[in-house]
Amino acid sequence: MVCDVCHERDAAVHLTTIEDNAVHQLHLCEKCAAERGVETPAAAPNHPLGEFLHDVQQQVALTGLTSGESARCPFCNTTMADFRTTGRWGCARCYTNFEAGIRELLRRVQGNHRHVGRVYRPPMGEALERVAAIGELRERLRRAIESEQFELAADLRDKIRVME
Amino acid sequence: MTVDLSLLPDGGVGWLDASGAHADIVLSTRIRLARNVEGYAFTGRARDGERLRVLSQVREAVTSIPTMADSVMYRLDELPSTARSLLHERHLVSKELAGLEPPHPLRTGAAVFLADGLGVMVNEEDHLRLQALRSGFALQEAYAAIDKLDRDLGSRVPYSYHGEFGFLTACPTNVGTGLRGSVLIHLPGLVLTKEIAKVLNSLQQMGLTYRGLYGEGSEVVGNFFQISNQTTLGRSEEELLDQLLRVVGHVVEREAEARRVLLRDAGYIIEDKLWRAYGTLRYARSLTFDEAMNYLSGVRLAVGLKLISSLSVYTLNKLLIFSQAAHLAYAEGGGRALTESETNLARARYVRRALQEETGSVG
Repeated sequence: MVCDVCHERDAAVHLTTIEDNAVHQLHLCEKCAAERGVETPAAAPNHPLGEFLHDVQQQVALTGLTSGESARCPFCNTTMADFRTTGRWGCARCYTNFEAGIRELLRRVQGNHRHVGRVYRPPMGEALERVAAIGELRERLRRAIESEQFELAADLRDKIRVME
Repeated sequence: MTVDLSLLPDGGVGWLDASGAHADIVLSTRIRLARNVEGYAFTGRARDGERLRVLSQVREAVTSIPTMADSVMYRLDELPSTARSLLHERHLVSKELAGLEPPHPLRTGAAVFLADGLGVMVNEEDHLRLQALRSGFALQEAYAAIDKLDRDLGSRVPYSYHGEFGFLTACPTNVGTGLRGSVLIHLPGLVLTKEIAKVLNSLQQMGLTYRGLYGEGSEVVGNFFQISNQTTLGRSEEELLDQLLRVVGHVVEREAEARRVLLRDAGYIIEDKLWRAYGTLRYARSLTFDEAMNYLSGVRLAVGLKLISSLSVYTLNKLLIFSQAAHLAYAEGGGRALTESETNLARARYVRRALQEETGSVG
């Protein structure tokens, strides 16, 4: 059965209304049903957080920022529909892949989307930085010795020892 | 395979010792940080092999951290359900990690590392849930301990982190700092003076939330509430904890005030009610969990008000934990699950004995 409105897609929702004692049957596809504000079983969020995202998605879709339900995280295969069911993202990449929707979702759920807490650098970066910092101290130590600033040199040597 | 908690320095229940600040009102303080290991799908989406690789990577890192060198690891996925319940009843693992919360199944690679007051849950909803547990009201101490563990672990294992969103978590309600500070607090005074609704409402306006004894989804029994921060993003760790510290400090004052009012305005009624609670615990032959919690709440209040002086808060804290089903199953039947009526009989027997030992009288 095709949709009574667009006459293109298959009808997924069968709406029965009673007006002036007359029964009307309307068969709608998911898209036309959604446009009329009729919740379809497939579109109904199953997780409380999904409801947030459901609203967010509709707003974001209007601005053309999302490719919709079928968008899939290339790393873990999670889709927007998965999130609506479980309320959980599948991996760290989801945050980049669904970034626009997530930003809006966080604004609603957390009242904010910007982390202002502890800044984290993964081990490699930290290790490299430490090596760079020690290198710089060594260079200053060499110059201090050359210019016979022995007190400064002793201080720098202590600092290097602590860092090593 | 069974669980040997004697491997833990204090059986994992050092947080019960009632040594912290305001110990008669605040039982314990817990701070947890949610983290994920970069390069793997989050736990719920990961395959068994990935979860096992996460565990082995974390295991290598944890054992190289000096403060965790003596930690004990339990593989939840290799333990029977009563042993998992036992760890959960001691607040050492979450219900989800222990596979006790449908629809979440017990996951391959679910494990916990436990050291003195510190724990690292692996393959919970997030790869890592770090937690620090302290007796009484001790947010700063708990944070200092967990922050150090977090920095030690984060310098050995790469965490998933995003410049704008912070530490990334499976659930958007944990993203950012990943920090949930939670204070387990006993508020019988506010409940009896009917002030509690007002206090709980104001918590929500201050960005805090409350739950029952066992966290998310658990009911409030025995007037025990867990107060925690609602959001994890947009404020620093210090700001989140500072807010919790101030508000809980205020709730503690309100509770103390309510207790004073109760004694002043309804002294003999309260006294009678609390001694009746004590009498029931002292002589009952069968107790359900809810009954035990409610009577323990009364006796705890009586001890706080110094109406009963022969009991310590520590004993009451222990009763709260050790009178639960899995603990009784271990004490009575070596871990064989007891039926409901067996559990109720065992609970009454356990409580009777504990009170008898403490107060020395016959019953």
